[in-house]
Amino acid sequence: MSQAIPVAQLKSVTMSIYRYDPSLDEKPYMQDIVIEVPTDKDIMVLDALHLAKNQEPSLSYRRSCREGVCGSDGMNINGKNGLACVTPLSEALKRNKLTLRPMPGLPVVRDLIVDMKQFYDQLEKVKPYLITKSENPETERTQSPEEREELDGLYECILCGCCSTSCPSFWWNPDKFLGPAALLQSWRFIADSRDEATEERLDALEDSFSLYRCHGIMNCVSVCPKGLNPTEAISNIRNKLIAREK
Amino acid sequence: MLVNEVINAKDLPVMEFDGIIVGGGGAGMRASLQLAESGLNTAVISKVFPTRSHTVSAQGGITCAIQSDDPDDDWRWHMFDTVKGSDYIGDQEAIEYMCSEGPKAVFELEHMGLPFSRTEEGRIYQRPFGGQSKDYGKGGQATRTCAAADRTGHSLLHTLYQANLKAGTNFLNEWFAVDMVLNTDGAVVGVIAFKIETGEIYYIKSKATVLATGGAGRIYASTTNALINSGDGIGMALRAGMPVQDIEMWQFHPTGIHGAGTLVTEGCRGEGGYLLNKDGERFMERYAPNAKDLASRDVVARSMALEILEGRGCGPNADHIFLRLDHLGPEVVHKRLPGITELSKTFAGVDPAVQPIPVVPTCHYMMGGIPTNINGQVITIQEGQDKVVEGLYAAGEVACVSVHGGNRLGGNSLLDLVVFGRAAGIYIEESMKQGVELKNASHEDIDKALERLNKLNASSEGEQVSALKERMQQNMQNNFGVFRTKDLMEKGIDDLSQVRDEVENMHLKDKSATFNTARIEALEMQNLFEVAEATAVTANSRKESRGAHSRDDYPDRDDENWLKHSIYFSENKEVSKRDVNYRPKTVQAFQPMVRSY
Repeated sequence: MSQAIPVAQLKSVTMSIYRYDPSLDEKPYMQDIVIEVPTDKDIMVLDALHLAKNQEPSLSYRRSCREGVCGSDGMNINGKNGLACVTPLSEALKRNKLTLRPMPGLPVVRDLIVDMKQFYDQLEKVKPYLITKSENPETERTQSPEEREELDGLYECILCGCCSTSCPSFWWNPDKFLGPAALLQSWRFIADSRDEATEERLDALEDSFSLYRCHGIMNCVSVCPKGLNPTEAISNIRNKLIAREK
Repeated sequence: MLVNEVINAKDLPVMEFDGIIVGGGGAGMRASLQLAESGLNTAVISKVFPTRSHTVSAQGGITCAIQSDDPDDDWRWHMFDTVKGSDYIGDQEAIEYMCSEGPKAVFELEHMGLPFSRTEEGRIYQRPFGGQSKDYGKGGQATRTCAAADRTGHSLLHTLYQANLKAGTNFLNEWFAVDMVLNTDGAVVGVIAFKIETGEIYYIKSKATVLATGGAGRIYASTTNALINSGDGIGMALRAGMPVQDIEMWQFHPTGIHGAGTLVTEGCRGEGGYLLNKDGERFMERYAPNAKDLASRDVVARSMALEILEGRGCGPNADHIFLRLDHLGPEVVHKRLPGITELSKTFAGVDPAVQPIPVVPTCHYMMGGIPTNINGQVITIQEGQDKVVEGLYAAGEVACVSVHGGNRLGGNSLLDLVVFGRAAGIYIEESMKQGVELKNASHEDIDKALERLNKLNASSEGEQVSALKERMQQNMQNNFGVFRTKDLMEKGIDDLSQVRDEVENMHLKDKSATFNTARIEALEMQNLFEVAEATAVTANSRKESRGAHSRDDYPDRDDENWLKHSIYFSENKEVSKRDVNYRPKTVQAFQPMVRSY
């Protein structure tokens, strides 16, 4: 079904975008790109990036689902980490200007794209999969609605990296401190009534860095685009560790 | 060797695996899991980190007769519904296999840790979905769709990724597969692929190549599909001289959010939501007196489009329909539909627990694809006969096995991808045990697969990708939508043929080897174009209305001439017919009936 689209009023918005292609640029720089956006409706920061890319096809960023569920387009939007596709331009703009940088703390591959290797490596360390030792039944393992409810606020993580890359403890020790995203996943499996590896999971977190470098700064909570609470997950693990010592 | 150099087979480094899977979504990762667990050296080539694949966006659930809600539920009833839903051009052997193997595949997912919602008895929660019935359509609405709230795809995809980590699958994440390499026997012996981050390019050699590249909804201007859904596997297959089947069959999901195109699950209506026109009328009662809002998707989408065309749409431009949920109460909305609550707030500015969601039928799913048998082996047609393509498999949305025929039932896509991803894996595992011998590709064979990339690198003038993409998407949207007519389709085909040359000779200005998304988008555009043209030509050839394909000039189903699959080759752009499989192994075939809901 086609329909006539009324000619919209446009306004100019200046985007200041971090640019760096290591094969061409000696060092990173900020590039101003002026885009025209409609005045009668809001667009998302990702839509603004598309408009900028139409002018500058070399501008690089990750994107996939454009609805906040795949976690591709985490970036630093006017100083705060978030997903470009679910951040309305009107909320992001400061004095009609939008500054976009890659998520901090990880090496930049190009423009707004960071190398997520450290982030994924830390995730893998917590064995982010269900571990069972008893034999699988023929049908499903049963779980009560209450037991399943324990996973709400945990299983929804989209691995965008907004939390870990806004965490000062992760910036300082990205190889030793697991970071909020990985620890949230760790708790997701400890909290799962079907998982049978709680003790080994806790053992692996007993050193002074993996978990205990969390200082409760709570940047992770304030930036999580899914409204999850890694700090709470970390303190739940901590309580388990303490209870076990007694 | 880098992707921006002049690339030739002689200098190209080679990587070798037993099996490679192109695509890291649900089908790909279910296949890779099977192979990795069997000890084969397996690699997944995915252009995005696997959990960014489009399976993540599936919401409502996975339909399967696991007998949780109803202990008497029967996979044969599910089979009946799926055959009827397909408007009788789904292959019955494949549907039988999917529905009967389904429970095993679903329980396996649960054992891997998928966080399904639960019933009071601790079993997997199931909800009603469209087109479901008990007792072969005679027992009323069934409740058969297994759900993890309204985030089933996300849960399924993450669970499969987790299971693959556990199994030790090799992941080539953020690698882009350009084209397949065929030897002189016409067998597939791997792909050309490059690492997006650095531009390092390889011939990845393999005895089994599984295409699991998903759909291509981005051929349309408005779609629920992710931006990455560019039909890469379809493009590769057509360029390699293989056919696509029933590619004219595109599902328009009744409830995409108006303006944004993002999906709102059919589970909303499964939980008791319903559609309203501007007069506040529950109009589906007129179109489908029995199933009402839970009729098949093609039926609901057409009814909505008619309401809008006849001036009963909602809003100042009368261009959408309302989906009402507030009567369910905040408890149900927040507990069962938390994801769509979030999406509605973000993309429509409404809280569905209070206000209706503005929705329109939106391009959602490609029923057609690369024809395969139930082992995932790709089929081509030679002199009117089916012939297996050695070394090549396909599963999930890119494949047409065909379980969806002319119209897919909600919740059957997730089942399709786990059942047939698994089936392909099982078959490859077996055939490797028997021993697979394929002739090596020559330099000439490999150079052929490098042509597209070299041409793009050499471009110094030509159209920009974005302009061509917009032109194609508008064309498809306006001429190949919910309702189709000869004149518009011919106009559309004409426009596509004018664009083809420009698409093949696009200008890639940015030649950088480092994470060059402009190069990726150009390669994707060429794939999208192949899908669009195949869709357009085939749609105009099928002279009847069936399933999602609805023509003003041929308003009726024509079983005499068109109870057939369509087969399209891009080389001569010709459409032929292929028999539908009416030979299930354990039950009597379901014969075509008048399809009403």
